[in-house]
Amino acid sequence: MEIPYTTEARPDTGLYNAKVGIWLFLASEVMLFGALFSTYILLRVGAPENLWPHGWLDVRWGTANTIVLITSSITTVMAWASLKLNQFSKFKFYHACTVLLALTFAGIKSIEYHDKFVHYEMSLTDGKFADGHMVENKLLKADGTPVSFAFLEAKDFPLTGYAVIKGHEVEKREELYDLNAPHPKKTETESQAEAAKGHAEHKEIRIEGPQIKGMSSYGPWHNTYTAIYFTLTGLHALHVIGGAIVIGFLWGPGSKMWKTDPERFTNRVEISGLFWHFVDLVWIFLFPVLYLL
Amino acid sequence: MSDAHAHEHDNFSHHIRRYLYVFFALIIGTIFTVWASFIHFESRAINIAVALVIACTKAFLVAGFFMHLISEKKMIYAIMAFTAFFFAGLMALTLWSMGDFPWHTVRH
Repeated sequence: MEIPYTTEARPDTGLYNAKVGIWLFLASEVMLFGALFSTYILLRVGAPENLWPHGWLDVRWGTANTIVLITSSITTVMAWASLKLNQFSKFKFYHACTVLLALTFAGIKSIEYHDKFVHYEMSLTDGKFADGHMVENKLLKADGTPVSFAFLEAKDFPLTGYAVIKGHEVEKREELYDLNAPHPKKTETESQAEAAKGHAEHKEIRIEGPQIKGMSSYGPWHNTYTAIYFTLTGLHALHVIGGAIVIGFLWGPGSKMWKTDPERFTNRVEISGLFWHFVDLVWIFLFPVLYLL
Repeated sequence: MSDAHAHEHDNFSHHIRRYLYVFFALIIGTIFTVWASFIHFESRAINIAVALVIACTKAFLVAGFFMHLISEKKMIYAIMAFTAFFFAGLMALTLWSMGDFPWHTVRH
């Protein structure tokens, strides 16, 4: 069966069908991400005072990824414009860039995710909190199995063995939350110098197993912020990967259509481009909301 | 090359220049939003407002020019009008439900 209106406009809509289709799909996507943004707002406003994180994500990675996605948006639109101008080799070049930029984005995102999974917060028996990245993990659960990942249950305690983390110890849990706030014990110039370096002075600390009352890595289970962070960015990353697969197909095997039906192929590139710009658009909101505010 | 074709070419190089302007505007917007986030305004609400205004401007540029929304057919505008209505409704419900929360926590 022939798919109708792949190139010519349908009389009642004035558009080829796929264009209407993608915009309807994007409308549903707006509602999907809208629901999650609304979740974010409620979690943030409902968080106990001083327990909403600030400065937990590396702004440098976030900015880099924003620029990567914006650049991929322009290569996408240039790829489509190249086809309109009958320049197939330019199309190939621009969309090769788009796919590479999409992979760069996913790569940077996975570096950021990894950083969170090896970052632990431990509550200690003396009431303090140790926080930092795992350097050496020789901790054992109560049943003798190694502490591998994630969170622990009550039956896993007391722990034995030891862990070495690169980080710091604090008196109050709140101190781990607003990393952008000036440190109360330091003068303003000192904390400004610290802020300029990005993080407080971190050193290697050895923590004995029995000292640990509770511990969890900064995975989605850590608190409501990491939960919504991983949900929003994870869903967005799935869109990036999905978009990269479609654009990769149109760049590679799918581009054969240029020889048989160039107009239809150009429309396919336009439709995939609309999806890709939407993915960029979502990130334009995710970046300030999760990294900066 | 036919006249019609040459005309299309001219028309498109005009478009391409416009895409480049939008691209640079988006990069500048990104730098600006990062810079603004390091300023400590009196209240965090101002930081949030500034960041959202910049994000909305960038979103308008992407949707308007890269997605060609500024020169689309009526049908697309109709779909977008419905989306805007329901999105606004969703956010209104969110705000409405916040009646249960103490408003001072907004300073997070």
